[in-house]
Amino acid sequence: MKIAIASGKGGTGKTTLSVNLASFLAESRKVVLCDLDVEEPNSGLFIKGKLIHREDKFKMIPEWEKDRCTLCGHCHKVCNFHAVIQLGDQIMVFPELCHSCYACSELCPVDALPMIPQKMGELKQFKKEELSFVESRLDIGQEQAVPLIAQTLEYLDKNFDDDFIKLYDAPPGTSCPVIEATKDADFVILITEPTPFGLHDLKLAVDTMRELKKDFGIIVNRHGIGNNDVLTYCQKENIPVLSKLLNDRRVAELYSRGNLIYQKIPEFKKQIENIADYILKLQKEGIR
Amino acid sequence: MKEIVIISGKGGTGKTSITASFAMLGGKDIVVADCDVDAADMHLLMQPDWERSEDFYSGVIAEIDQEKCIKCGKCADVCRFNAIPIIDEKYVVNTLNCEGCSYCFHVCPADAISMNEQNVGEWYISNTKADNVMVHARLGIGAENSGKLVAKVKNEAKRIADETDKQFIVVDGSPGIGCPVVSSLSGADFVVLVTEPTVSGLHDLKRVYELVKKFNIPAGCIINKADLNTKVAQQVEKFLKKEKITYIADLPYDETFTKAMTKGQTIVEYDDTNLKNIVVNSWEKIKEHTNKI
Ligand code: SF4
Ligand code: SF4
Ligand code: SF4
Ligand code: SF4
Repeated sequence: MKIAIASGKGGTGKTTLSVNLASFLAESRKVVLCDLDVEEPNSGLFIKGKLIHREDKFKMIPEWEKDRCTLCGHCHKVCNFHAVIQLGDQIMVFPELCHSCYACSELCPVDALPMIPQKMGELKQFKKEELSFVESRLDIGQEQAVPLIAQTLEYLDKNFDDDFIKLYDAPPGTSCPVIEATKDADFVILITEPTPFGLHDLKLAVDTMRELKKDFGIIVNRHGIGNNDVLTYCQKENIPVLSKLLNDRRVAELYSRGNLIYQKIPEFKKQIENIADYILKLQKEGIR
Repeated sequence: MKEIVIISGKGGTGKTSITASFAMLGGKDIVVADCDVDAADMHLLMQPDWERSEDFYSGVIAEIDQEKCIKCGKCADVCRFNAIPIIDEKYVVNTLNCEGCSYCFHVCPADAISMNEQNVGEWYISNTKADNVMVHARLGIGAENSGKLVAKVKNEAKRIADETDKQFIVVDGSPGIGCPVVSSLSGADFVVLVTEPTVSGLHDLKRVYELVKKFNIPAGCIINKADLNTKVAQQVEKFLKKEKITYIADLPYDETFTKAMTKGQTIVEYDDTNLKNIVVNSWEKIKEHTNKI
């Protein structure tokens, strides 16, 4: 079963929930947690596990072979992303703009633009007690998160069978990286804060999940700050609220140190337990 | 005219609340740009009048004309994004997967594929309650090209600032290190980093600053919730010293920001002299540093 933890707005507690839920579930089940927020991966700061595997991740970009090129200009015309440009008798490639579609390369009449791998980031796998943890990290200067997210999900599919509960810590927002990270999830947990910002971004996230035709539920973090508008909205829209996580300075302090919270605060543990039960129930009911 | 961009790397550090406060303080001397198009929240505090709105088109998406299609499968073979599945024995485009590269269009022997311009959002020019103009936007669901929409918002803000002879553009930047934040940063004169003293806050600050360095833009930093973890706060300060980032101010861990937000107010409109003073002093400092550049 694949569960994505997402949020419209950043900083609402996505990582806190991911690491605590994953660690708790791993006490009794096979679990892998995957940090797909490849621009700013944070989960690893809370799961200081043992590194068991690392690999560089590459995207394919064209490389100009001057000697073969007839300067026909076709590549320049074909590329929709202005990533290959003809300037006089030079063909220039801008790797950060390239979407690796292969069009220029395969449509070049003389094979003068072979695709070659370029490093875009790295993937690491860790083990902490029974919990497996995978994270990918985009290199600074790389602008596109989607290819790295896609490759990380492929790695996960290959290395963890369906017995695993797979938890994804998704990137924030509603644009292409989030779609990539949630599109093959069986269930999505949206975490939000009960504030006007939280509600506004939650609505966008809900629209996105409906567009993707996903099953989803909501967790309200820092329940008690702000107002009741988020809960009223969920009721009106018939969206299940899985939990209302407590608003407590101790939680913020533990988080600031990179500690797991459920191990220190019993009320919080009870809440995580309930969320875990919900997920196990989903699994039983056959959302695979 | 100078451009001040506020970013945070990590979400939830209070970036937008702080930016909106600066927008209030700047008043009619500035133009405001909300470049966090993916989660554009600043309008909730600035109460814009949405005076002008325009659709934003960017990129294309493939469409297959079933009448013309001879089902040769070439398009699906070349598509690297699994965007042309066979459904009910027909080749159809999965619009969420399509990257708009046009490769399929170029290989189709039957001329059955058209590439259509895509509406990816809207952008607006508004007058705000702070007596200034704000340019903001809304990105469509799952849209690509948020970087381009960010660039559009910024360029419009720049145009207006030039035409009306304003001193500053204040930009609420995007999170992360990818294409939207790259667009937010390009052309900036001064960057304000808003961070918090948590292990993740520090981690993301370091990462996003690597990017700022590539642009060679001078930067300052505001540490929000500074008293949450004094040890990590010291590590943040050490990092600022090492990188010669101007320390601007500490803000305490305080739910007053949220209380003000719930009322649709910025902290400078709210009844809290201490926080207000810190924000006012920060704004003065930022202006001073930006003017020195
Ligand atoms: S398509 Fe090939 S031959 Fe033509 S200009 Fe590009 S690289 Fe040169
Ligand atoms: S592979 Fe596609 S995106 Fe990259 S340069 Fe070639 S045509 Fe452009
Ligand atoms: S435009 Fe590119 S991504 Fe879209 S369907 Fe055609 S080949 Fe695939
Ligand atoms: S390449 Fe053209 S004709 Fe062939 S299956 Fe695709 S759309 Fe149909």
